[in-house]
Amino acid sequence: MLSDLLIALIVLTNFTLVATARIDKMIQVAVIQGVLLGLLPLAMGLGRHPHIVLMVIAAVGVKGWLIPYLFRRATRKIKIDRELSPYVGFTASLVLCALGTGLALLLASNLPLAPGSQFKLFVPASLSTLLTGFILLITRRKALTQVVGYLVLENGIYLFGLMLVEDMPMLVETGILLDLFVGIFVMGIVINHITVAFDSMDTRQLAELKD
Amino acid sequence: MTDSTLVRSLHFLLHILTALLLPPLLPGLINKVKALVAGRQGPPVLQLYHDLAKLARKRAVYSRTTTWVFLAGPVAVVAAGLTASLLVPFGHSPSPVHFQGDMILFAYLFGLARFATVVSALDTGSSFEGMGAAREVTFSVLTEPALFLGFAALAKASGSLSLSGMLASPGFAISRATGPLILVLAGWMIVFLTENSRIPVDDPNTHLELTMIHEVMVLDHSGRPFALVLYGASLKLLVLGALIVGPLLPRTSAPWLDWAGFYGAVGLLAVVVGLVESATARFRLNRVPQFLVAGLLATAFAFFLLQA
Amino acid sequence: MILFGLALALVTLSGVPGLFMRAGGGRASAWLLGLGALAGLAAAARVLCGGAPPALALLRTPLGTPGFLRLDPIGAFFLVPVLVLPACGAWFGAGYWGDAHESARRLRLLLGVTTGFMALLVAASHALTFLLAWEGMAVTAFFLVAAEDRDPETQRAAWIYLVSTHSGTLCLFAAFGLLSGAGFLFLPVPPGLAASPRGTAVFLLFLAGFGMKAGIFPLHFWLPPAHAAAPSHVSSMMSGVLIKMGILGLVRALCLVPDPPLWWGALLVALGAVSGILGVAFALAQHDLKRLLAYHSIENIGIILLGLGLGTLGKSTGHPELQLLGFAGALLHVLNHSLFKGLLFLGAGSVVQATGSRDLERMGGLARSMPVTAGVFLAGSWAICGLPPLNGFVSEWLIYLAAFRGLAFTHSSWPVLALAALAVIGALAAACFAKVFGVVFLGEPRSPEAAAAVERPRSMRAPMLVLAGACLAIGAVPVAVGPALARAAGAAAGLPAPAGLGALAHFGILTAAALALLAAAGLLWAWARGGAAPRAGLPTWDCGYAAASPRIQYTASSFADGLVSAMRFVLWPQVRWRRVRGLFPAQRAYRSHVPDLVLDRVAEPGLGLAARGLAVLHFFQSGQLPLYLLYILITLVALLVWMVA
Repeated sequence: MLSDLLIALIVLTNFTLVATARIDKMIQVAVIQGVLLGLLPLAMGLGRHPHIVLMVIAAVGVKGWLIPYLFRRATRKIKIDRELSPYVGFTASLVLCALGTGLALLLASNLPLAPGSQFKLFVPASLSTLLTGFILLITRRKALTQVVGYLVLENGIYLFGLMLVEDMPMLVETGILLDLFVGIFVMGIVINHITVAFDSMDTRQLAELKD
Repeated sequence: MTDSTLVRSLHFLLHILTALLLPPLLPGLINKVKALVAGRQGPPVLQLYHDLAKLARKRAVYSRTTTWVFLAGPVAVVAAGLTASLLVPFGHSPSPVHFQGDMILFAYLFGLARFATVVSALDTGSSFEGMGAAREVTFSVLTEPALFLGFAALAKASGSLSLSGMLASPGFAISRATGPLILVLAGWMIVFLTENSRIPVDDPNTHLELTMIHEVMVLDHSGRPFALVLYGASLKLLVLGALIVGPLLPRTSAPWLDWAGFYGAVGLLAVVVGLVESATARFRLNRVPQFLVAGLLATAFAFFLLQA
Repeated sequence: MILFGLALALVTLSGVPGLFMRAGGGRASAWLLGLGALAGLAAAARVLCGGAPPALALLRTPLGTPGFLRLDPIGAFFLVPVLVLPACGAWFGAGYWGDAHESARRLRLLLGVTTGFMALLVAASHALTFLLAWEGMAVTAFFLVAAEDRDPETQRAAWIYLVSTHSGTLCLFAAFGLLSGAGFLFLPVPPGLAASPRGTAVFLLFLAGFGMKAGIFPLHFWLPPAHAAAPSHVSSMMSGVLIKMGILGLVRALCLVPDPPLWWGALLVALGAVSGILGVAFALAQHDLKRLLAYHSIENIGIILLGLGLGTLGKSTGHPELQLLGFAGALLHVLNHSLFKGLLFLGAGSVVQATGSRDLERMGGLARSMPVTAGVFLAGSWAICGLPPLNGFVSEWLIYLAAFRGLAFTHSSWPVLALAALAVIGALAAACFAKVFGVVFLGEPRSPEAAAAVERPRSMRAPMLVLAGACLAIGAVPVAVGPALARAAGAAAGLPAPAGLGALAHFGILTAAALALLAAAGLLWAWARGGAAPRAGLPTWDCGYAAASPRIQYTASSFADGLVSAMRFVLWPQVRWRRVRGLFPAQRAYRSHVPDLVLDRVAEPGLGLAARGLAVLHFFQSGQLPLYLLYILITLVALLVWMVA
């Protein structure tokens, strides 16, 4: 019950992310999504396992505090606050996101899950978050927005992995959290270098590197 | 000592004496035949023996360009020739040393002699010797496979992998192997003429660089090394001649008849070579490969006739 | 196993002290490699004399099977050249590639590491270990080849080598993958698999992968540039040992199959004949000393393949003697070739360093100024032509015996092809090495640098003498190496007990013949030198020509011209000259060059054509990051839909 509520909220955050133009609002929504995800194992009723509780605390700490802190540092250094003119307009991206969610539901209903399992909403939610992340990565121009998109992508994968958390907890959590860290760091370096090299955060300049 | 051991030792001794003493007679015979056909008296048949004795007393002259490699040529030719003579049967008497695969050692000993001669020729730093060396190695590419394919054909026909078995096999004359045998011997005759530098491949009597292959490679030798060169050339005549003569000899009852037959056949071979040299002219140099290819094809056909 | 482990550790770390030492690093690495070589030789000798193969097993790996290192007789036999040649090379390199070169430290370190990987490779008994060691060896060898990486020719050679070796490794991955049904250990495959389509695919992939490394025509094209560009002691190791690792792989693959089809042996014989003849033909036409030696390696790989092919034919037709002789000949030729080719490359290194050039036409008369180098080079040339009484003859003898047995006792015609090919190869090799030895060492110097050459220091002469001594030892006394060879060949041929190779191959008589030959030569030499005191110091007579100069000597190109023009349909030489006309002609120049058939006439134009054709795909490479991400998304969605539907 509670887990289904949290999942529905996560899908709502997807729609919000895609429709926003302001970067700090995007970061806030992404952080909310992360915290919701972090708390999800407790909602699934796995709070009796102590290491899962530890994992929840770590996940909430990272997604709720560490990552927004890093982002704030980045935005302060770079001083941008708006995503201007993406490749696909905001309304159009919203429509795409909705289509994506619908596709995810369709695919998930054809996947062979055991009937009556509590994970019925997990698969479509994770696929939809995945697709949202991709939409952000593909259609946005600013590097920082793309980092947010990458974060959302990782959230989708994490959500999928939560289905396995009871059986293989260590594997899922370490893999995913490490991924996240590496992603943020790489993106940090990339953003730094783009700014230094091109004196701009516009990734269209990267097209100069083509053969 | 039993009878057979005594007989074997006698054969052994006669084989070695033949290999050591007979060779200088053959060039003498060939030159005599050529002279007689040309209407001259010519040098005596035993002339080469006298020449060798004279050269043994003479002083050698070495050029300042040459190194120790220069002497290695004649030495290797005679050493290889003598070792090879132990492997080949003279007529139907078995050779002193025979084992499976001895024909490979036989061919490669002559390869060693050729390599040493070529290298000692290049040692002089002269373009004449270089020319002869280049031609020699070019022609050897065609004679080696002809030799080996002949061995292959004989091995197939006789079922033996040793020279003594291949050459001394009885009943060759009247068997399904007659046709192929003739082809092999024809091919080997061509190889014989080439390896011993006879007309029509090379002229042993002129000293013009345009016509020489073997003679020009030994142009700078003198004294005792030159004696070794001449002796080695005649030894090669004998040993390679034994290859050709062997399958043609009929088997007789007594061993001394075998030996007499062998000597007669080798003498006859020398006469035939003399006649061939008198009757033909030397081929133009770019026709020689065609001649050699003919020899190669002869032996190859002989093998494939036996294979079928 | 301790000895082997010790050897492995010593050789791998041999270059490390040199990193910290200011001088003398070369000698340190040579000492360490030498000690490692001795330890490894002791381990190999123990296995080859009948000891139990030491093994080191891992616990169950994720791939499910134990099995890590096992030094069986085949591995022990291959271990000998793997350790001896780099040791000699390091010894040589102490003087040849001293600390003055900027890459000396790196080179010493990499030489040790490459040797370590190769030692690991010969003992690998698990596919994963094999592939890891293979890749390690290939990549470190790339860095060795690119030692002088500022030279564009070296860069090109190194890239070609890298691409070729990785293509080969790709084929090996595929082959091992297809074979995985039998587990990843080197166990015999079930009978009947070899004749199936899967068996055919596996064999062809192994042949392609190992052939690329070994240098079988037409996969040989990386060899000449790489060997010419690398430093000489590296070339000696590459030519002597690295390419033999391809042969090791083939031998291991063949010995796993109990019933090879007839066409496998036939294909090996055919490839061996082609590689051998074309290798030596191209070698004849070269005027770069190291390229020439590299092509000769291709020729000798051809000879080894002839032996392997004959052995496989024997296995298919059920003639155990043929099998044993073929494999014994191939294995002994592996050892012999590594010895004399290593020797020749070291000699070439000496000569190149003394004259400052690799061009044959600028050398000459070096036997007088560098007598020791000339002597060992002559020994190497003598051995590579397969002439008695040196070691090249013994291995070719075994293969000839196998060919004769094959044609006399089986109904197959393929042995006769091997026989004819061997005969032609022998004659061509003798022509080529007479040219090389004659043009480099004999006659008069053709350039001022050649006239000014001096003999190399003892650290460079000593390893060459060691290798020449080994050649003579194996050639004159083959009975000494007979039992070890029989054990290794028996294991390779898959025969239960080696049936008296020494007696079958008449090693005793060969020894006697070699000694007789040497004795006769000695006596004749003494006689020829005796007699009246010779007169020396006069100019060469040659028909009384008075004004001899070094330029009237035969050049390398003119010596080989007869054969090169006879084989021009295969070699396609590029010749540039203008006819000499008139009674007093003006100065004329003649230039001839034979580019590699496969590399320069097929591969490069072909790849250029392919690159132009594939340029249409530039359309997809827009440089826009979002577009690439879109490609990923499309692929992902497509996969999801396909998976569900």
